[in-house]
Amino acid sequence: MSTLSPVSPNPATTGDSPAPGAGGAAEPGEAAAPEGAVTEAPPRRPAPFSRANLVQTIAGGYLPLILATLVVFLPLLWMLLSSFKQPGEIITMDLKLLPDSVNLENYRTAMTTVPFGQFFMNSLIVTAVGSTVKVILAILTAYALVFVRFPFKNAIFVLILVALMVPPQVSILPNYILIAGMGGKNTLWGIILPGLGTAFGTFLLRQHFRTLPGSILEAAEIDGAGHWRRLWQVVVPVSVPSIATVALVTVVSEWNDYIWPLIITDRPETMTLPVGLTLLQNSEGNGSGWGILMAGAVLVIVPILLVFAALQRYIVAGLTQGSVTG
Amino acid sequence: MTRLLTDRPPAVAEAGKASPRRPRWSGRTRRDFFVFLALALPNLALIAVFTYLPLINNIYYSTLDWTLGSASATVVGLGNYITFFTSPDAANVLGTTAVFTLVTVGGSMALGLLVALALNSKVRGTTFARSAVFAPYVLSGVGVGLVWLFIFDPGYGVLAWLLRGIGQQSPQWINDPQLSLVMVILVYVWKNLGYCAVVFLAGLQSLPQDVMEAAALDGANGFRRFVNMSLPLLSPTTFFLLITTMLSSLQAFDLIRIMTPLGNGTSTLIYEAYLQAFGAFNRAGYSAAISVVLFAILLIITVLQLRFVERKVHYS
Repeated sequence: MSTLSPVSPNPATTGDSPAPGAGGAAEPGEAAAPEGAVTEAPPRRPAPFSRANLVQTIAGGYLPLILATLVVFLPLLWMLLSSFKQPGEIITMDLKLLPDSVNLENYRTAMTTVPFGQFFMNSLIVTAVGSTVKVILAILTAYALVFVRFPFKNAIFVLILVALMVPPQVSILPNYILIAGMGGKNTLWGIILPGLGTAFGTFLLRQHFRTLPGSILEAAEIDGAGHWRRLWQVVVPVSVPSIATVALVTVVSEWNDYIWPLIITDRPETMTLPVGLTLLQNSEGNGSGWGILMAGAVLVIVPILLVFAALQRYIVAGLTQGSVTG
Repeated sequence: MTRLLTDRPPAVAEAGKASPRRPRWSGRTRRDFFVFLALALPNLALIAVFTYLPLINNIYYSTLDWTLGSASATVVGLGNYITFFTSPDAANVLGTTAVFTLVTVGGSMALGLLVALALNSKVRGTTFARSAVFAPYVLSGVGVGLVWLFIFDPGYGVLAWLLRGIGQQSPQWINDPQLSLVMVILVYVWKNLGYCAVVFLAGLQSLPQDVMEAAALDGANGFRRFVNMSLPLLSPTTFFLLITTMLSSLQAFDLIRIMTPLGNGTSTLIYEAYLQAFGAFNRAGYSAAISVVLFAILLIITVLQLRFVERKVHYS
């Protein structure tokens, strides 16, 4: 496709970092002066291990990175450490950095005060069902918008763009009245259904599908492949990173979704984790309960951290495409 | 190369123009019509019922004096809007929304750009650091809010301990409306700046290397290259971020709900709409009116953004 620009990531290699040579291969003389650093470019290349060069690398390169990483990790580490602390270790004027022991009492209390196991199962079901349906709908709609001829495609795309800009929160009251009227209050389907239409996934995949070289589809077309086969055997296989991105972002937002489950459930049997955590906050929301609340926070945060650690490559690659090409 | 790049128009701007990719096959057009409907209709129907229909319903509900759960409602026309705009609520809520949105968008984008520049340096460990700073963006707002609420706790929080170390009393973050807003903004920026950083980094890494090198050879130093070349070339990325962060700031709910449940000083439009309908009062009609006001603001911003992008933003 003639419009494919040399700088946009090649769809076949999008799993890896963007353009080869953009980050990896350092130019001579550039190594010590990061792009955009507020320093004069060194007139001559300094010796690789000279004192000035080392200081500059550490101050300009490592220090900001370490600082940024610590700002992110210290609060989360504090959450984990505090979840093992007994009330006596928290209610004290001297800060105790480490807990006396890895004591799971707070977790036990959190589980018995509110049905956390049930919340976990509910979150799991809502996330699995909701994400699967949303990703499939996004793939189908994006394919239709890019590759199938239809008279009002641009108008439909504008409607999807506008839907993307409508905060779901604006719709909570009417949706509450609609779903409650259908008998969906305190049910899992009532939690899942209103969020199934996906403007975000459609938008992101459409942007990606538009960058695919038309030649690969034309080849499949000449071979006699219909839309369905072109979708699943050509477009989807070369779009795995983008689809993984949509899937991951969807899983994360379903798992973390708060306002809608908060409104549509008021009984513990159908609450998801974030809503359950609010319930826990109500019963333990005084000074002595911080350890228990941190245990609850660990239970809602750590699963997503693990998913993110395993799949972040895809979300970063996908966001790169979404922003650079969009 | 420049010509090739501009061949592909930006997504937001090109909606509305036809894109003739292929020659027409007349026999195929009819079948494609139904294929399109089969593929896209389920999603479009869901969006219509649960995103667009509520907008219309909201407008209808906003004309009612109606207590949520009550069987009867009185039509009051614009009464709810008049009540909102003539009460001190309006100035408070609109002011809080403006401050929250502007500071969080500006803060996470500025800090995000700084972090992106650090991540773009050619040292080891940037891949790990990139994932690390991105992590808070994907975490539950409820969990994160609780963790920070503990840190801000005036009695037993880390911040209070640090302040005691320099002989200061911890401020009452929760009870003081202005400090509540500061607290929520800080945590929101902490949670979102990694997203901006990663997107900016992608933008930085996609800058045309040959042009940047040519500028370096011509003697432009790092700072000048950044201001005169990187920043203008980054404008599509900046614009993308401006849209996405503004949208998410206007939708911010989780942190506000968990950190300041009463909305004391932190009642943005969305939170006020929630409190009015699902808080103590169950004022459904009034809440719907606030939602409509919010939507009108979003619509204006969106239209302005769409006009802006066609003229000013650099795309190649």
